[in-house]
Amino acid sequence: MSDLLVVKGVVKRFGGFTALDGVDLNLKVGERLGLIGPNGSGKSTLVNCICGTLFNEEGSVRFEDKEISKLPAHKRIHRGLARSFQLPKPFASMSVVDNLVVPILYAANSHEGAVRRNPAQATEEAMAILKQIGLGPKAHEMSGGLTQVDMRKLELARAMAAKPKLLISDEAMAGLSNSEVDEILALLFTMKEQGIAVIMIEHIMRAVMRFSERVAVLVAGRKIADGDPEAVMRNPEVERAYLGE
Amino acid sequence: MEISSSLVLNAIVAGILLGGFYAAMAAGVSISFGMLDITNIAHPAFIILGSYIAYIINTQWGWDPILISLVVSPLFFALGMALYRIYYLAFERQGGESLRGLAFFFGILFITEVVLILIFGVDYRLVKSSYTETTLQFGEIDLPLRLVVPFIVSMIMIFGLNWFLSHTFFGRAVLAVAQDQFALRLMGVNPIKIKELAFGLSIAIAGVAGSFLIVIQPVQPSIGRDFIGLVFAICVLGGMGSIKGALIGAMILGLAESFTATFAGPSWAPAVSFGLLLFAIAFKPSGLLGR
Amino acid sequence: MKKMSHKVFIPVAYAVAAVVVLVSQLVPNDYFFSAAYTVLLFIILATAWNILGGYTGYVNFGTAAFFAMGAYTTVALFKLSPTLPLPVMILAGTFIAGVTGLGMGALTLRLKGVFFSIATLALSVVVFTFVVNWDYAGGARGAYVIAPRDVPFGLKRYIHFLYVVMVFLSATAIVVARVIETSTIGRGLEAIRDDELAAECCGVPTLKLKLLSTTISGALMGMAGTTYPYFVSYVEPASTFNLSYAVNSIAMPLIGGMTTWVGPLIGAILLGTVQQVVQVTISSAWNLLIVGVLLVLFVTLAPEGIMGLWFRWRKKQKLKKGAAQ
Repeated sequence: MSDLLVVKGVVKRFGGFTALDGVDLNLKVGERLGLIGPNGSGKSTLVNCICGTLFNEEGSVRFEDKEISKLPAHKRIHRGLARSFQLPKPFASMSVVDNLVVPILYAANSHEGAVRRNPAQATEEAMAILKQIGLGPKAHEMSGGLTQVDMRKLELARAMAAKPKLLISDEAMAGLSNSEVDEILALLFTMKEQGIAVIMIEHIMRAVMRFSERVAVLVAGRKIADGDPEAVMRNPEVERAYLGE
Repeated sequence: MEISSSLVLNAIVAGILLGGFYAAMAAGVSISFGMLDITNIAHPAFIILGSYIAYIINTQWGWDPILISLVVSPLFFALGMALYRIYYLAFERQGGESLRGLAFFFGILFITEVVLILIFGVDYRLVKSSYTETTLQFGEIDLPLRLVVPFIVSMIMIFGLNWFLSHTFFGRAVLAVAQDQFALRLMGVNPIKIKELAFGLSIAIAGVAGSFLIVIQPVQPSIGRDFIGLVFAICVLGGMGSIKGALIGAMILGLAESFTATFAGPSWAPAVSFGLLLFAIAFKPSGLLGR
Repeated sequence: MKKMSHKVFIPVAYAVAAVVVLVSQLVPNDYFFSAAYTVLLFIILATAWNILGGYTGYVNFGTAAFFAMGAYTTVALFKLSPTLPLPVMILAGTFIAGVTGLGMGALTLRLKGVFFSIATLALSVVVFTFVVNWDYAGGARGAYVIAPRDVPFGLKRYIHFLYVVMVFLSATAIVVARVIETSTIGRGLEAIRDDELAAECCGVPTLKLKLLSTTISGALMGMAGTTYPYFVSYVEPASTFNLSYAVNSIAMPLIGGMTTWVGPLIGAILLGTVQQVVQVTISSAWNLLIVGVLLVLFVTLAPEGIMGLWFRWRKKQKLKKGAAQ
């Protein structure tokens, strides 16, 4: 069986600046990959190119053995991709539960063979998800007024509500306390149980090491390491990238 | 219609003269919209306000309208600062979409127009000055002084403004506030104060441009709406925050309108400025000399 | 409070319309029907504008152009065949305005917020210029449209018939707005309004929905204009393309509340009625002043409008009750 996600030779330029310089990345069904690298190395750009919020100039992105690099973002979401944003982007005028209704109606509904839910059914489903992740009591609060950690949870819950096959979590733990990091980590682990493949972009190493089956390292738009987490962290090039010469 | 060389020459000359004047009308928008990101759709209303103030004083005491507007410009400056204060407190401070600010200025546009109608009525008003009736002849070319004098004053103003923005501390702070407010704060400069002064400047320029307008053509409160397309088209064509670009954009617009009026008829004139605006927005988001 | 389903709301809306029509037959004063026509016109315009403006978050300054599309379709059809029945004109005008909306959307929806709004203003002036130079429909000189002598349904005067038509058109516009608001599409539009990028990444086909929004909004605004030539008898571009339609169609939903179909209705009735009264007692210039001042006041101090204030008050009451228990 071929890999779920095959990224090959992806190049992305912004004017004269090359953000991604021929990046390859594979992911199997249900696999948990940690993607690390210094700030500005192109991790978010890669996420954007995979999800379709940016279009790569060269290279290909294949999902479930079909080329998706020319598809608009929402169509890729329909195929089973999902992502959270580094800076949470809640639908601020809506309540917490209504935030989840949108991906249920537009992503989960659009998967092949999906049962189409109407807004009322979608709301029920959304409430169930909220209860699962501990945001149940805040279901009817305005999403714009949540605490940082709750906003990160909502951000991830919204991606989960799309019923994805691959979820990309973009620095969901940045700036959180230790216990809050554990809460987010627990959330991400529930995806393992559902067989969802996850790409986790993080700077918090203990979370990356605990969560990932594999780790890839991006530096200045190039992948410099990809493999077993322990081995990658001992790689001298990786050490140099983080600690300098 | 026979297309004679003198017709074409005069269209070109008129276009250039108009272009210089249009630059003065739009320079304020290059500052408020191009540099400060404030969509002041009511900018033409302040131009018309300037026209009317020039008109009253000219009719009462016979002073030269352009001189009046220069003398009165500190008032417009203060008005602009006050308006920015309100805008900042009500909208900018909370971030979010600038669409509420847009609706705010839209309302101001109408309020200004109606207040002028209530005071002055809907009749067209003119000014009279030593040069408004004179036309010089230069071979085949007509040079009506009512176009030439505003052109000259406007050019002085535009080049002065451009020098001011690139060579004084305040001017450079305005350019900086457009690019990086945080860095400005780190340098000990209050970006809000800079924006307030810059917006005041944009309204002051509008007031002066108003005197040019009423020298060139008769004015009536509702014509402000017709100029919205013009000033924003020039700003966008010129690259948003560039005074030099605005001058070029203004010339293009002046020539386009002049040729259209000469060869297709004046009823097509509004389509020129608003059509160019559409073109500018759609195809050149960073304009000719964009940052 | 469970929301009323479409099956219930739609008949109720039209029933209310019928009741309004019947009750107003008791009004002896003919002027009422002219004034009411204008208010109903604004109900449709405000409701239509709000679909793109309030639900989707794209502020359209070109209301007058769509309104005029509807009006001028009627004028052109009238010139072609003066006995064409009004419903045909209404359908034609609505369709043409809808196509215009689709076209405008295709041209401008790539633009971000403020640029979109400026582009809509520019488009409406360009359309205006073309109509002014279109001699078939009278051009700048204007065109006359004469109401048929026989008034349908045996009503006394044609204005009474126009009034009835407008009441039902208003009900239609409100039904359309509510159906959109409560459906899946409405959720998608709200998401686009709040954060277009996040919406796209939640699977919302943002371009398709935005185009749908501009088309329906434009079509309904055109629908409002289709009976206008019969109302004024003499149609000329300057007043038909008047920017005051833009400021009213923005102010009314803003003052009433932009998140539901109720807001534009309230805003149109309140503001429309005030303007009618002022126009008769003082002058029409004061109309625009009032709209302008109210627009500025509300957008500065109470941007969620009357409905927003009402929702907030109700929430406070709920919290008070909850705390007391």
